[in-house]
Amino acid sequence: MRNFIFAAFLAVVLAGCQSTPTTDTAAPVEDKSATGTTPGASTGGTSGTGVSGTSGTSNPLRDPNSILSKRSVYFDFDSYVVRDEFKPLVEAHGKYLQSNRNARMTIQGNADERGSHEYNLALGQRRADAVKRMMTLLGATDTQIETVSFGKEKPRNQGHDEVAWAENRRDDMVYAGE
Amino acid sequence: MPPLSLRYALSFLLLAFLPVFAAQAQLTIEIVGGAGSAIPIAIVPFENESNYPLGITGIVGADLTRSGLFKLVDYAGVSPRPTRAEDIQPAAWRARNADAVVAGSMRPLSDGRIDVRFGLVDVVKQTTLLTMSYTVTPQQFRVTAHKIADVIYEKLTGDLGIFSTRIAYITKQGPRYQLLVADADGADPQTIVTSNEPLLSPKWSPDGSRLAYVSFENKKPVVYVQSLATGQRAAVANFRGSNSSPAWSPDGRRLAVTLTKDGSSQIYIVNADGGPAARLLTSSGIDTEAAFTPDGGAILFTSDRGGTPQIYRASVSGGSTERLTFDGDYNVSARPLPDGKGFAFVRRAANRYQIALMDYATRQVQVLTDGPDDLSPSVAPNSKLIIYANEGGGRGILAAVSSDGRVKQRLVAPSADVREPAWGPLPRQ
Repeated sequence: MRNFIFAAFLAVVLAGCQSTPTTDTAAPVEDKSATGTTPGASTGGTSGTGVSGTSGTSNPLRDPNSILSKRSVYFDFDSYVVRDEFKPLVEAHGKYLQSNRNARMTIQGNADERGSHEYNLALGQRRADAVKRMMTLLGATDTQIETVSFGKEKPRNQGHDEVAWAENRRDDMVYAGE
Repeated sequence: MPPLSLRYALSFLLLAFLPVFAAQAQLTIEIVGGAGSAIPIAIVPFENESNYPLGITGIVGADLTRSGLFKLVDYAGVSPRPTRAEDIQPAAWRARNADAVVAGSMRPLSDGRIDVRFGLVDVVKQTTLLTMSYTVTPQQFRVTAHKIADVIYEKLTGDLGIFSTRIAYITKQGPRYQLLVADADGADPQTIVTSNEPLLSPKWSPDGSRLAYVSFENKKPVVYVQSLATGQRAAVANFRGSNSSPAWSPDGRRLAVTLTKDGSSQIYIVNADGGPAARLLTSSGIDTEAAFTPDGGAILFTSDRGGTPQIYRASVSGGSTERLTFDGDYNVSARPLPDGKGFAFVRRAANRYQIALMDYATRQVQVLTDGPDDLSPSVAPNSKLIIYANEGGGRGILAAVSSDGRVKQRLVAPSADVREPAWGPLPRQ
């Protein structure tokens, strides 16, 4: 009886989904950050040596001279748009995954401490998914990258000011086995 | 229909859910604002009350005072003290500016229980409003005191009393998270769950017997339902990706949850004992923070489908989705009022997060708190009080505000960071 009721409910729900048009346009959220004081901004592409330098014996993921040793992408307030300054970093990791098919990565999305716990959990997921999407467009496969969100629950910087918040609006890229 | 593949994780391993007295997390309540026209009431200590360790009338008085709708009138010097409604002399109490007087007695019975009885007299109209009696054990004194406060509150205000309800909340002390349940006055906190990973979003089942919550103990968010009586729990949403934001249907048989198993955060329905998830809504952005309306026919939820997070309402049986909030660029965490007249939510204005109320009839928004970090509203069963967390500076405290914004209370836990309160339902009679 109970299963029957749930099945009937399911059918109603599914019917509802079919008749509900998708109205959203997923408009990008505008940049509302008040200041440019973002830690990690210096990890932009110009400082790295690029993926082409992987022929050496050292692991480029751990070579401090390789852009691949940089693992964090920072976001503006309320935003899950990957800023231009982090695109070289994301591209480098995307190409690494493309040329190392056995490599696996988890992208951990985070949010600053302000606002709803649950909305921040969803926002962190969106930030992780945004970086994953860029990497898959560059040739990484869906199965190589897992995305998770810690929302505002695991702040790296325990402070309560704009510097801390900027550091905590962040994705971290973690390779399997690290 | 696939079988209900219950992932019963009767996990006695990581989580200590045996009720443990947690004195360090005791909440004390400070009233920081009051109604303009509090009802003056005298509560005379009951006959023989001093023979027992827990003062019933003291708890009744504290409950009524905390509501902000009553002020206590001094009974000192009244002699002899009345012990029954018919003993109350209206003129003597009118001289002390009392509008109402409570008097009663406690008498031991041969079986060891105690007969507690009292009367409530309107000394302005000179009428007895009610007389009640209870036969209880000393262990039931606290519960009895809250019941007495409830009936007095109901008789004099016309609203349901909520002093017998409980609240759930999360504390964080260092790396340790706890889910606790306490009486509505903060007394008798019991630890329900302890974990070294974050706990989130506790939600009471409509009958008060179970709590749904989100735990990161498996390194990602999973939704559990746990019985308060037995401590048994089941993972009711443990799909690929993130599982969060549980919300009970009013019949207690289903939960709305937010899952990312098919992409971005979207709202699904699962049975309260687990099983497959049925997608309720589809958008390409974030949909989360579902809450059923009291009639169960619709959910309120947060979505950024319009570019900023706003509150929407959708029928659960298909049909229309309607945007409800338009003022500002951040309106989240909608919690429907049990009376069906509106919902509490969190709004951001000038970088301050505040608790606000929307009235369906007028679509007017009333801002109830100042912020700057007021989050996680939860509405009392009588729709008259909203409990919430002020999380500023990583040192969260709980607070409550009346739905007209006039009465404010702070609930302080001495040493913990407290967040995400959830007001439990009325106890079953």
